[in-house]
Amino acid sequence: MAKITFIEFSGTAHEVDASNGMSVMESAVKNMVPGIDADCGGACACATCHVYVEPDWLDAVGERNEMEEDMLDFAFDVRDNSRLSCQIKVSDALDGLVVKVPEKQF
Amino acid sequence: MRAEVIKTDAVIIGGGPCGLFAIFELGLLDIKCHVIDILDRAGGQCTELYPEKPIYDIPALPIVSGQELTDRLMEQARPFDAQFHYNQMVTELEKRGDNDFVVKTDAGTELHAKIIVIAAGGGSFQPKKPPMPGIDAFEGTSVFYSVRQMEKFRGKDILIVGGGDSALDWTLNLQPLANSMTLLHRRDDFRAAPDSVNKVRELVAAGKMDLKIGQVTELKGANGQLTGVAAKGKEGEFDVACNTMLPFFGLTMKLGPVADWGLNLNENLITVDTEKFETSVPGIFAIGDINTYPGKLKLILSGFHEAALMSQQAFRYINPGERLLFQYTTSSSSLQKKLGVA
Repeated sequence: MAKITFIEFSGTAHEVDASNGMSVMESAVKNMVPGIDADCGGACACATCHVYVEPDWLDAVGERNEMEEDMLDFAFDVRDNSRLSCQIKVSDALDGLVVKVPEKQF
Repeated sequence: MRAEVIKTDAVIIGGGPCGLFAIFELGLLDIKCHVIDILDRAGGQCTELYPEKPIYDIPALPIVSGQELTDRLMEQARPFDAQFHYNQMVTELEKRGDNDFVVKTDAGTELHAKIIVIAAGGGSFQPKKPPMPGIDAFEGTSVFYSVRQMEKFRGKDILIVGGGDSALDWTLNLQPLANSMTLLHRRDDFRAAPDSVNKVRELVAAGKMDLKIGQVTELKGANGQLTGVAAKGKEGEFDVACNTMLPFFGLTMKLGPVADWGLNLNENLITVDTEKFETSVPGIFAIGDINTYPGKLKLILSGFHEAALMSQQAFRYINPGERLLFQYTTSSSSLQKKLGVA
């Protein structure tokens, strides 16, 4: 179990409970967090679940995989801390994770 | 514009898995089909979004890729000889009377059909428009999302943004025509065919074009005329001068003209009944992800079921009063004859 906080572009924060093994994207969709579109349903095929991982958490969530790196080419305003939330697996180690949602998924 | 009018029994709008299976189900009832799709091949989302990714919930296929599922559906539909019209979007759909529908596409194709099956999934795939501030003002004059006529770009100072096959192919195709060519991509690594990447790198090495690594932050210009862009890369900010920009950020799905056809919609989905999968206009059916009804699940297998029931009503609509005998492909010699196996 992990508590994950999504911060909308407007600053509104949503704290959700996520079970181990699900993706960070799934935890957002399940709890209807605005701004995580996830058009493809988690197949790493659309880049519409783009988030910015808060700097303190970058080590814990790990590196982007190759497929994700490719898909991020379809996202807008990609930064060093950009990730696709469908590719981050929830575990106890991510309890307290904070991610920011970009202004727009496109 | 093509003057020729095509006459057929059914027009299927969308060549994804549900549209393809509809060819089969309608075919068993002797209803001939033409299929229109905006993409350049069949398969819809299966081949556009996830050709190599496995699907685990197709009955009797424990694991199948989007591409293989499409190939198998094409194989299954082959005996019915449907005609495909790719790279076209249906722009107009009009009912002129019973068994009399007119469909027009953006490529000028006109079809007359007895029934219409909308199997358009999430809508039509269209180029993604990057949310760069003020981009709307430049669209159609300085910013283009596709190339219809290469000549239009002769002598231009072109900036292509993106790192996939479209971006690299158009860089290579337009570079000889352009006054100057710059390719801008977020990283110095490309998803495109290695051969295209090598060719681009050779042109850069020969001083015939520029390759910049970074992302656009601002568009510059006025009155629809682009003069350049500001961009940001790892080493800081830089400007690129250009009067034409082509962003290639892949495709997204938009409902598109479906909304204008006078059908009852519910949150951008077409409402149908669960007996005939007919829309609010008799003779127009909707199956697959584009429809909605109580309990709807957006699963490929649901779309297959919908195609089968839709076909029954399509037959009755086309042949009023005629008796429809329910038959199994395992035992009916007439169905086997249609399938070419008898």
